Parts: sequence; C-alpha cells; structure tokens
Amino acid sequence: MSQARLETQALSRRFGALTAVEDIDFRLETGARHALIGPNGAGKTTFVNLLTGVLRPTGGRVLLGGRDITARAQAERVKLGIARTFQINRLFRGLSALENVCIAVAERVGAAPSMVYPAGWRTDVIDEAMQILAMLRLADAAGRRVSELAYGRQRLIELAIAIGLKPEVLLLDEPAAGVPSAESHIILDALQRLPEHIAVLIIEHDMDVVFRFATRVTVMVGGAIFAEGTPREIEANPQVRAVYLGQAARRAAHA
Amino acid sequence: MSAVAPVAPPTDATSRIDHPAARALMRRHRIRWWEPLPWLAAGASYFAFPEYLGFGTELLIVILFALSLDLALGYAGIVTLGHAAFFGGGAYAVGMLAFYGVWTEPITGLVLAAAAAGVIGLLSGLVLLRTSGLTLLMLTICTMALLEQAANMGRTYTGGFDGLPGLPIAPVFGVFEFNPLYSTTQFLYTLGVLFVCFVFVRTLIYSPFGQSLTGIRENLLRMHAIGSPVRRRLVICYTISAAIAGVAGGLWAQTNAFVNLSALDLDRAATVLIVLILGGYGRLYGAFIGAVVYLTLEHFLAQIYPTAWQLGLGILLVLIALFARNGILGLGEALWRRYGAEGSTP
Repeated sequence: MSQARLETQALSRRFGALTAVEDIDFRLETGARHALIGPNGAGKTTFVNLLTGVLRPTGGRVLLGGRDITARAQAERVKLGIARTFQINRLFRGLSALENVCIAVAERVGAAPSMVYPAGWRTDVIDEAMQILAMLRLADAAGRRVSELAYGRQRLIELAIAIGLKPEVLLLDEPAAGVPSAESHIILDALQRLPEHIAVLIIEHDMDVVFRFATRVTVMVGGAIFAEGTPREIEANPQVRAVYLGQAARRAAHA
Repeated sequence: MSAVAPVAPPTDATSRIDHPAARALMRRHRIRWWEPLPWLAAGASYFAFPEYLGFGTELLIVILFALSLDLALGYAGIVTLGHAAFFGGGAYAVGMLAFYGVWTEPITGLVLAAAAAGVIGLLSGLVLLRTSGLTLLMLTICTMALLEQAANMGRTYTGGFDGLPGLPIAPVFGVFEFNPLYSTTQFLYTLGVLFVCFVFVRTLIYSPFGQSLTGIRENLLRMHAIGSPVRRRLVICYTISAAIAGVAGGLWAQTNAFVNLSALDLDRAATVLIVLILGGYGRLYGAFIGAVVYLTLEHFLAQIYPTAWQLGLGILLVLIALFARNGILGLGEALWRRYGAEGSTP
C-alpha cells in the first residue's frame, strides 16, 4: 500500500473538558482532491490547525510522507511543504497583490533574511509571483492594493500566497467563504487549475464547490470522522443526509 | 522545475517581468528626483542660517532618532513608547566613557554608543517582543523607566540627577573641534552621521528583509503561516533600531558636551513618537518632515507665546489626528494622488 502524503493516527485535541477532535485516522493521498465537510463546530478548523502545527495535539500523531512531524512547529511544517489558506482573509492588506505573493515566494526561496540588496533585484521572486497571479487570472490586478480588490479576488490572493510556498500539501479553509454565489465559479475555476501533484484538502460549506472539485469526501461530526467516501457515496448516504446535507438543504430552502 | 506551469497563463514568459506592477516593484528602491533635496536644503541652511546651526544640530539628531523609531514602529509595527531607553543608553555610553577619560574619540564613540544601545535592544527585545499591543507598550515604558532609575541611583558613575557635565570630546578626525559657541563642526558632523545612518536604513527597508518586516506589520499571523521566523526578525529589527537610536543619543551627548537624565525620560520618548506621527510613519521621510515641523514650531511659538506655546502644537496634533492619519507626508501623498497624477484613484 502506498504511503499517504499526509496522515494522522488517532489524532486528538481536548480543550479542558471539551474534546474538539477525537481519535482521527485520516489519509490524504498525493494529488488528492479531498473535501472535509461537517456542521459548524464539528472540529474541522481545529483539525486543520493540528495539521499545520498552530495547535499541539493532546494525543496521536501527524505524519508527512511517512515522517512524524507531530513535534514540528508551524514554520518548520511550512518548509516541509504544508501550506494553508484561511477562512477569513489574512492578507497584507496595505500592499499590492504582487507584493503579497512576493513576500511568500521570498520567504520560501530564502531571500527574506537578506538586508544588503534591494528586493527589486530578485527578479526570480517577482517573476514567480507574477506567474502565480497570471495562473489565477489576477495579472491585471498585480499592481492594485489588495484591500481595493473585490472580495472574490481577495480570496484568490489568499490562495496565491499559499501557492507561492510551492506546497506538497495544501489545506484550504473554506476558500469560497463570503464570496457571493455569482462569483463562486471564480474560486472553483482557480482550484481546478492547481498543479496536479499537490495534495489538496478543502473545507467547504458550498456543496456545489465540494461535489464539483473533490474526488473524495470526509464527513466530520462532533470531532470525529462520521463517514468517508466518494462524493456519490456521501451524497447517497442517508445518515450523512440526515446530519449534514439535510441541514444545508433546509438552510438553502430558507435563504 | 516549476510547480505552476501546467495550464498556459494568459501572459507569456517574457512579458511577465514587463508588467507595470513588476517593473514598479523592481524600481521601487531607485533614488527619486526629489530625494537629494533634504540634503541640499541642509547644506544650504549651513550657509544661509549660520546663527541657527545649534538648532540645526538638534534638529538633525531628532531626525535620526525618529528615523530609528520609524524602522521599529513604522516598518515592523512594533508599538513602543520607550525608545528613549536606547537614546539614553547611547548617550550615557558616550558620556561615561568620555567623562572618565576612557574614550573621547567621537566617531568610534558613536560605534560604542550603537553597540551599548544595541545590546539593550537585543536583551529587552528578546523578552518584550513575546508580547504585543498594550502589554508591549507598557513593557517598553517599564524598560526605559528602569534604566532612568538606574542612571539616577548609580550616582557614582552617572552623576545621578545632575548628570555628567563638560564632557571632553576629542576633535573629529583629530582636527575639527567642537566649539560650544559656533556649532559648525557639530552641525556638519551630525549631518554626516545622519546621512550614513539614513543610507543604511534606506537600504534595509527596500531589502527583502525590509519587505518581510512590512509583511509582519501588515499581517503577523499570515507571516507565521508562510513559515517566517517572525520573532527573530522582530528582535533583529528592534536591535538595529535601538543601535541607531543609540547613535542619536551619542551625538546628543557629544554635541552638547553633557549627558543627564532627560536623555532617558518619557518626555523624550513621547516627543519622538509625536514627531514621527506628525511627519508620517512607515515613510522614511516622515522623520524629516515631522522633526522640521515640530522643532520649528516649538522654537518660534516659544518665542512668540512663551507661556502657551504647547497649545499651538496641541492644536496641530489634533488636526493631524482628525484629518491626516498618515501624517503630513500621508496627506501630501493623498493630495498628489488626487490632483498631481491623473486617474489612479477610482
């Protein structure tokens, strides 16, 4: 059996009496397009924080390519190839779109500690950042302040910064959150152009995005894995429908 | 090997770097036409206002001090109200070494001042920069107050409340004496030191390191998430900023030939913060504009209204806080965007 790109074994996290994540065994394969869904408070974001090293688990292990990285700090995991985006934009708001991506690229290629030459001399960094923006069809916005961009495009900058880290594993925390449904195709479109070898784990509430993007879906409920399968299996699973999709359907009906 | 090539981007490889945004970024560090102006003005005022060279020297020192604060506050976003700790550290290093006849050569004296202040910055930074916001602000004030108290109580070495008067500073390059009546040497020497420090700071802020500091200021959590060693960067920046503040303090002690507790007090730390906010922080030249405006106003208002001159400054500050959050330079930039360069705003 091939080694998973990213794997967790009995991963748990308690906050006092509350168990946010409990005994999760999870595999993310190389090149996967894997969705993590579940109702609010199911522990999805906590799980991502455990994978990226923002939180330390109270039990279990995280393996990257078979290597135990449970004790590694966030910055080290980034260097090992785990990048993430945030549910709420965390951008360098006062800077241009290009600079936002340049900061990430400069950090990855090790340019960032240099003090003696101008950042403008690193044309390799600028070129790569432009290339990423072009891939996400943001080239025309490169010189604009990100705070001036439409929200949907700001979400793409969020993605562009993560891509600038050339990750092996990309964790996307609700990439379409807050994007008007008329614009959500922009996000989906961008996701479909991600380099194929990257293992992508996406947390998303927009079922349209989930079912069109993911080839595998894991459902989390109450901090534990509730079901896992192909989108078709998940959609057909009556229990999942009851706990989760039903809620979403009801919400949609009310909206 | 590129991770992001598979689908053809709309632009081809040669035109990417030609994109206006890319070109702007590649050229940002270049010297603009107006950048020599402050230095020409300083040179011209040497001839135009010979009777104001003492005031000019004081002004140049405040600029340097504000420049050091800009590096920490304006670029890295380190909120501090205790920067006089480093100014005073440098001043006392120069003062004590000269007073006891250990070291009186001015230029190497400034190097020692920078080292002393840098060490204080490094040690306090290692502790302080674990915090942020109000906690950080209070701790910077505490550090400064502790040093001030130490200088006050260490009377045997520091002269206590009276300070150390009549410092014997050797001539610059062994030739040019500091004459207390005519500040020509003081002015040119301070101008030279300011220029060297400015070139250093300018290089630093346009470097990749400076870019990452801006990233920390703009979004600390994101910098963590892209794997940046944020704390280390902040400590390095804080140490450099402290060393430059130490040079300013050293200059102050040398050109005044004394050092006292005012080098370390809250008043000095608050003044430099006001100067920087007035001029515009995170803008490199904000220190220049702010210092010129603040000290000129202070000087002339004090002559016109000896009892109520602070009122004038207070009103100006209120206006700046209400209508020009980014200081005088920020206001200038906004006006330039609106009326000078056409059509860049929506």
